[in-house]
Amino acid sequence: MIPSIPQPRGIRFAYGAYVALFFLYMAAPLAVVATFAFNDAQFPGLPWKGFTLDWFFGTERPKIGLIHDRRIVAGFFNSLIIASCVTALSLSVATTTAYLFERHSFRFKELAYMLMLAPLVIPGVILGISILVFSSTIANFASDTLGIEISALRPGMFLVVLGQFSFITTIVTLVLAARLRKFDPALEEAALNLGASPLTVFRTISLPWLRPALIGSGIVSFLISFENFNTTLMLNGSDAPLVITMFDRMKEGSTPVLNAVSLALMLGSGLLGLIGVLVQRDRGGN
Amino acid sequence: MTASRLTLWLLFAPFLAWVLLLVVIPHIDLLILSLREKVAPRVYETGFRNYADFITSSVYPWTLFRTVAFSLVTTAVTFVIGFPVAFYIAKVARGRRRAALFLLCLLPFWVSEIVRVFGWMMILRETGLLSGFLQWAHVTSGPVEFLYNDAAIMIGLVYTSMLFMIVPLISTIDGLDDALIEAGYDLGGNGVTVMTRIVIPYAMPGIMAGSIVVFMLSLGNYLTPTLLGGKNGQWFTAQIYNQFITRFNWELGSAFGFILLITSTLVVWLLLRLSGQSLSNTLGR
Repeated sequence: MIPSIPQPRGIRFAYGAYVALFFLYMAAPLAVVATFAFNDAQFPGLPWKGFTLDWFFGTERPKIGLIHDRRIVAGFFNSLIIASCVTALSLSVATTTAYLFERHSFRFKELAYMLMLAPLVIPGVILGISILVFSSTIANFASDTLGIEISALRPGMFLVVLGQFSFITTIVTLVLAARLRKFDPALEEAALNLGASPLTVFRTISLPWLRPALIGSGIVSFLISFENFNTTLMLNGSDAPLVITMFDRMKEGSTPVLNAVSLALMLGSGLLGLIGVLVQRDRGGN
Repeated sequence: MTASRLTLWLLFAPFLAWVLLLVVIPHIDLLILSLREKVAPRVYETGFRNYADFITSSVYPWTLFRTVAFSLVTTAVTFVIGFPVAFYIAKVARGRRRAALFLLCLLPFWVSEIVRVFGWMMILRETGLLSGFLQWAHVTSGPVEFLYNDAAIMIGLVYTSMLFMIVPLISTIDGLDDALIEAGYDLGGNGVTVMTRIVIPYAMPGIMAGSIVVFMLSLGNYLTPTLLGGKNGQWFTAQIYNQFITRFNWELGSAFGFILLITSTLVVWLLLRLSGQSLSNTLGR
């Protein structure tokens, strides 16, 4: 059990071995995917046919590397646009919502809080179809009665952004509200008493306090958006984000270019995630 | 209107727009659509036929039951595998080792679920690494297919959910005072009694928080059962997808969506009742 309780060596060793085995289980699929990105074969998997970088930089068929694969590059940029929009939107709305719940009291606050949490307990597929149904209702109404075709409300990037925003904002709000709870409102009041305008107070006092949480949750929302599948699947149109492109490839069978994309994603998201952890640790204070 | 009232409304407006336009109204619309029956082209009536179709079908209720049962088993397996690791990180490991282990837990989950599933496909499929290894070790003479069965789905779901079990467990177990464990031993308890009478009751909010999230994520998962289970996957979300995208029967698909929503709410409520916890002291923490 805990270090202060003496345990037989055998049990301590077995426990340590179990934990090691667990991390092996965690690492195995990722290590496999990464390794075979360098395999000089047509198919992702055994046998090993020698080392190559063609799945990253190759220009000729059949070995087209990821940077020359049009659909993958397009998917990557679509994902980038979607994730940036979702992050910006959810950070803004989550900040106001965190302030709303931490600093104000109003009627039906409990109910409002439950509604705010709801997207976390609704399966992603259902969030997706409900938004799809509602936007189609509006779009059909507009085209039937007003004769206007609103293409933004048909499956596509705009709906994907809305769908992801709808639940990522809840996560960001919870993070920001937790940070705000640890903040002494007397600091803001003191600044107001000393003659600062509310906007100045927010900019010079509240915002610096929130910054690590904003950066951290911004990175989290970017990553969640980039890798979201369930909600995106239901709302995605012809401008598919990267995960959907990869899913289609996987179903039809693909070359190891998929491994190369996966490895690039691992490195990218690993780096972003690490930055997020470091930012929150250095400035977080706890 | 006073300044503070104005501030309140300015803060309230974005929240209201978000929750009403993207959560509440779409779900009401979904409910309305699920109650719509097609009687002739472009002619509809209100009624429960879509729900009746679900109940009388030979396939759909079974798929739902299977999905719920599988998600519950996934939750239990994730807990059993993850608990010792969470305890190790929270109580046994110290200092940098502890931080490093925690980070190692997080790392796989910054990577997209599709990459993780792809990894398992490469390991489990007929031409994959496990089959290759078994042939190399002369355990089997020919290739073996480990993909497209229930065990493969389970492996994938447990893997994908692990973090959401371990993180709440670590944060609750971390709050347990070592002195309580020591006292348990001093009073004559052994490892088993200390675990079941002190650690697990203490960690219950974390256990429930992890279980609820893992259950919800498994129930609502589409990617893992579809890719690892193939045609044998039979996940309920795949039925919803089929009705919406393949068959274009949105009315029935909406009914399925609502049935899934009600089922998941019911199961989560039951889990909370059985463990004596509430939603706010598990998820709201």
